[in-house]
Parts: sequence; C-alpha cells; structure tokens
Amino acid sequence: MRHLLSAGDLTPAEAVTILDTAAQMAATQEREIKKLPTLRGRTVVNLFFEDSTRTRISFETAAKRLSADVINFSAKGSSVSKGESLKDTALTLQAMGADAVVIRHQASGAPHTLATSGWTHGAVVNAGDGTHQHPTQALLDAYTLRRHLVGDGGRSDVTGRDLEGLKVAIVGDVLHSRVARSNVQLLHTLGAEVTLVGPPTLVPVGVGAWTARVSYHLDEVIADEKPDAVMMLRVQRERMSSAGGGFFPSPLEYTRGYGLDARRLAALPDHAIVLHPGPMNRGLEISADAADSPRAVIVEQVANGVAVRMAVLYLLLAGGAPATNERADA
Amino acid sequence: MTDYLLTDVSPLGEAATDVLLADGRIAALGADARARANDDAVTIDGAGLVLLPGLVDLHTHLREPGREDAETIRTGTRAAALGGFTAVHAMANTSPTQDTAGVVEQVWRLGREAGWVDVHPVGAVTVGLEGERLAELGAMADSQAQVRVFSDDGRCVHDPVVMRRALEYVKAFDGVVAQHAQEPRLTEGAQMHEGVVSAELGLAGWPAVAEEAIIARDVLLAEHVGSRLHVCHLSTAGSVEIVRWAKSRGIDVTAEATPHHLVLTDEEARGYDPVFKVNPPLRTQADVDAVRAGLEDGTIDIVATDHAPHTREDKDCEWAAAAFGMTGLETALSVVQETMVDTGRMTWADVARVLSTNPARIGRVADHGRPVAVGEPANLVLVDPAARRTVVPEEQATKSTNSPFRGRELHGRVVATFLRGRATVLDGAPVDESQVVA
Ligand SMILES: [Zn+2]
Repeated sequence: MRHLLSAGDLTPAEAVTILDTAAQMAATQEREIKKLPTLRGRTVVNLFFEDSTRTRISFETAAKRLSADVINFSAKGSSVSKGESLKDTALTLQAMGADAVVIRHQASGAPHTLATSGWTHGAVVNAGDGTHQHPTQALLDAYTLRRHLVGDGGRSDVTGRDLEGLKVAIVGDVLHSRVARSNVQLLHTLGAEVTLVGPPTLVPVGVGAWTARVSYHLDEVIADEKPDAVMMLRVQRERMSSAGGGFFPSPLEYTRGYGLDARRLAALPDHAIVLHPGPMNRGLEISADAADSPRAVIVEQVANGVAVRMAVLYLLLAGGAPATNERADA
Repeated sequence: MTDYLLTDVSPLGEAATDVLLADGRIAALGADARARANDDAVTIDGAGLVLLPGLVDLHTHLREPGREDAETIRTGTRAAALGGFTAVHAMANTSPTQDTAGVVEQVWRLGREAGWVDVHPVGAVTVGLEGERLAELGAMADSQAQVRVFSDDGRCVHDPVVMRRALEYVKAFDGVVAQHAQEPRLTEGAQMHEGVVSAELGLAGWPAVAEEAIIARDVLLAEHVGSRLHVCHLSTAGSVEIVRWAKSRGIDVTAEATPHHLVLTDEEARGYDPVFKVNPPLRTQADVDAVRAGLEDGTIDIVATDHAPHTREDKDCEWAAAAFGMTGLETALSVVQETMVDTGRMTWADVARVLSTNPARIGRVADHGRPVAVGEPANLVLVDPAARRTVVPEEQATKSTNSPFRGRELHGRVVATFLRGRATVLDGAPVDESQVVA
C-alpha cells in the first residue's frame, strides 16, 4: 500500500490488516500515556482545500499520537475554477519534505491526480474528494461494525475477522455521497451485504454496476431485510431547492420517507446499531430520539476514526504490517 | 511554381497511376503525366501511397484571436497541413467572438497570410455566443470571408425560438447552422458521460439524453421550416438513431463525428487525467460502436476533428478545474484509417467522402473535396497507409500538447500535402515557412 486513495483499492487482507492494526492502536489509547514514538521525525501534511474541522482534527490527532510532525495547510477559499493550483501547493509541500499528504478536496479525483502526477513523493491519503471517496471513513465504519457485530459484540477477539454475512443499509443521499461510495466497496470487500436506500433522485444513474442492492423504501428494507446496521447519510437541505437541483419536494417529505425516527428505530432488530458520519442534521435524516439512543454509535465512530487513521498512517509510513511488506516484495 | 510528378500513386486507393500537378491544377493522369512533365518537375515516388483530395475540417478551434497561448492561426493551420488538410473551418468561440464581419475577415486574412490551408471562419449564431440575439449573419456571409457555416459551438443554441430563427435566416445565403447539441439544464456542472463510470468516480454526469433531446428538437425544427441543419460531434447511439430517422424522413440534416468518439470511451476517465476531458464527453463502447456503424452506413456524413488546443495550465490540474477538449488535426486521418479502413468497414474512397467531399459540400467550400481528375484544383494529400508512428504531442506542430493519443502507435502517415499545387508538406515535414507565400 503506497497510497490510500480509494476503498476499492484495498484487498480483503489489506482491509483486515488495517482494522487489526487500528485495534492495536485503540488499545494503546487506553493507556495513560497515549503517544507512541513510531513516526518520530516524519512529517504529515494536512492539505485541506475544503473545510472539515472534524476530519482534520482526527487526522491531526492520529499523526501526533504517533509522534509525527504535523503541518496544517488550509487552502480553502481558493476556488477550483480559478485553479489555485493543486500543483503549486503540492510542489511547495514537496519542498517541505512531506512524508505523507492527507488531502481533502472538493474535486473528485484530486488525490488521485496528486498521487500520480509526480508532484509529491509522499504517501497520499484521501481524506474525502468531491463526491468520490472517503476511504478512512469507510474503514472507521467497518471497524465500528466489527467491534459491535462480530464475535459476540466485542466480547471475544475479532482479530483477523471480516464482516461476512452482515447486512448493512445505507440510507439517504447516495448520489452526492463519498461515504456511500467508499462503504459500498469496502463492505463488499469485507463480505457484508449492502442495501442502498434513498429517493430515486438521489441514487446515481449507473448504480446497477455497484455491489449493492437498491431500494426506494426504508420501511420495507427494515421489515424485510432486518439489517444489522443502518448507516444514515447527511442530506443537505439545499438539495430540495431548484437551485440545488430540486432532488426532493420538501424536508418534511424526505423525513417521512427516509428519516430514522423512534418508530423505525424500534422496528430494527434488537442488536442493530445506527451509524452516521456526521455532522448530523437532526430532524432531517435522523431524529433526536434515534441520534441519542443507546444503539447509536455515532460518538464512538469519532474515537474509532482516530485509531483507524493512526493505523493507516502507521502502515503507509512505517510499513510494519506483513501483508504490506509481502506486496512490496512481489 | 514547381511542378510535381507523383508516380505510382493510388487515387482513392484504386489502381496505381501517375499524376502531374502543374499551375495549381491536376494537369495530367496516367501515361500522359510522365510525358507532359517538364524537366524541372519534382518527382515523388508514390508506390504504395494513397492519393486523396485534401482534407477539409468543418470543426477546428484555432484560438486566435484571444488565446494565442494555446494556438495561433499560423500554428494551427501548420498542424492542419501536416494532418493532410487543405481547408479548415475556424470555430467562432474566439475572443472577441467571431460574430461580426470585422472579426471573421480578420481570421480569414490571417489564414491567408499563414498560407498553410484555406481558413474559412465560422460565424457565431448569436451575439457573443450568448444564445439571445442573432449575430449579423448576413454581414458575415457577405464579407470577404463569405461565411456559410454558423455555430455557437462550445455552447448550444438552446432557445428553440432563436434556433428556429437562425435556421430560417441562413436560407437567404445558403448557410447552415452547425449545432453543438447540449441541453444546458441537463448538463449543469457536467464533467463526463453519465453512466457506470461517472457513478463510481463521483464526477457529475453529462447524460446522453442532453444531446439527443436537442438533436431531436432541431431535426423537427429543420423539417418545419425547410432548412439545412448540421449536427456537430454527435457522440451517442441514440443520436445516430435520431439522425438516421430524420434522414429517412427526408429532413436536410448532416452529422459529424470526431475521431476521438470513434475510438475512446468513458473508461479513459478512470485515471482522472484531464487530457480525456472533452465536450461532448467520451461515451461507452456501445456508443463508439454505433458511431462507427453510423459513419459506415452514411448516417454520419463527416468526420471533423473538434481540434481544441489548451495550454498546459488548463490541463495540468484536477479534473473538475480542467478545460474541455483535445487536439486532433495531426491524428484524425490515422484514427479514421485504423478504425474504419484497416477494419474493412470503409474504402479510401469513403475516407475521401467523409473527410473531404462531404465537409466541403456542407461548408459550401469551392475547389476542395473535388475528384482526382484532370483540370481539378490540386488540393491533395498523399498518405502512406503502411506507416506506423507513435504520437509524441511535444513534437506535433500544434502549440498545445493535449493529445489523447500520447504514446499510442497510430496507423498511417501523411507524406505530402498540396494546396493549389504548392507543397505545404513534403516527406512528412512542413515545407519551410519562407517558401510558403500566399
Ligand atoms: Zn462543440
């Protein structure tokens, strides 16, 4: 693994290795002294062309807990059309000696361009690009699912285990969601079954090629498939206005069809958990009842995000895992 | 002026013969040619070479005035000559826009001064390509540039009333409206063909229906007002079907396909390399197959390059920020040979039809696209179909390097190009500019 650009690039073995490594990282975070010396002297640059305080802080925390030097570079405000150039920024960072570049960009494919252009020699980690991918989000979701739903809900050792047989419903604005794209690929790689649920306007043309079922009816999916987990996607209110594309008639109608409320929560199997990548629109895609219920693991997802990002940076920069080394030798 | 004796050449790929070019015309054919050649005529051994009428491009972006950093009329027409062209139509989306007699005459004059090919400016349909008010189409038609092709290319004449008026108005001077068919509301922010690949890459889709809906509307408008319509760079299977239907109804419509839509698909976008970002976008393999079939059966009348040079800054960036378009003048003939001739789907006579005769007829260009016959203007290209060459954009004559064929081995090579009997290209190289005098 030289870069982490897309969840679809990961083999099952690589994905499980990341989850296992994340579990080790999480264990160290329960100690009193959380900092590990692993990446001392290495430089991680957070290159954020798009605002996302929570993702940036998560990566920053992960890098610092591994003792890396962290540079935060916010290029926000530089519009894509004006082309405040990704290239020039990358060349600058290269000159600073970045060992890894964590990039968040509003343009789909920007991390791919950065990784293949030769503008930087560092490892590139995609922290969310346009409506394309957000692989570390999918990894932290998978990690969270495994903790709760594999091996008696965390009571036994799940090292080496994938998500075989789990049923996951991903609900909401699939069309604009990099979280959905990443999760569909990674969950399939790990053996889970995915059902995408949303209004037809928010499901992309071409979805037929994805490794997921598609339904337009959340109540049917809950009743018929009895999902082990429901992942709610953030829906932007602007999407209903005509300027925003007119994807649905009103927030109220959206909530009636696709919102997770107390009634739907009660209809889920007893063991089922609720995920959300945040930030939530309470009252739109998720009600306060659902968001604050004990089955919601949304706060835990944030903590798991740090562990997963530590694992990714560790595997990319320290190259410790056997699976990674074997591939490098091949 | 130098006379040229082309020996053993195959006109339109048929039986080998000798051809004498003198005084700007085809002076003799067959045994007569050798006999009538005077002593200082330059002899070119044409064994194995195909002689075609000089190619005519109905769709070229020369970028001058306004974007001389990407291309100039001089560099673009030199590239055209190297690609086997003797006439090109320069699209109107320059800065200032080619929407007045003054600007089209300037482009026409710069073309003459460069002297590589005949430059026929395309006039804008609407003022500033804004789609609202008709430009002074009559003044452009009556100017020295004698504009006959009108297009807002780059943008679609989307307002049905404006399109109707334009179709009607150009009848007065036998003009044609060349439509860039793209329904604007269906393609807001569009980045690539909408389908399986766009869904995965998370790039906003440019659906086939946005092209097809405009073509369907326009052929019906053309039928209603009894006008001539040309469809630019048709790219989808559905568009081929609509044009086929329209022709069967007797509607006066012609259609063009680009070389890139004959060979490349949306799969190319997977690497996010903006060199493959083009408008209309690269479509699916099924679309490519349908476009080839449409070209083969005559539904599609011509191949035109849509040569769209862009500076490195406009392509050396993330996909969404990059400009649409790819170069094509120096690769078009090879792509047509590879996809249509070497596959047995078309003859060289068909190539002459789609790359010379038909575009000259649609653009009302006299003296181009003529038969290879005694007395005809010596606008000709000599092609070596057996040659193989690898594309190195930096070595091309076009000022820009955004060729989608970088590193590809292409079939065939232009050996010589003649404009009114004067060689603009010999041995595959441009004839030194000081020797080219208009
Ligand atoms: Zn166009």
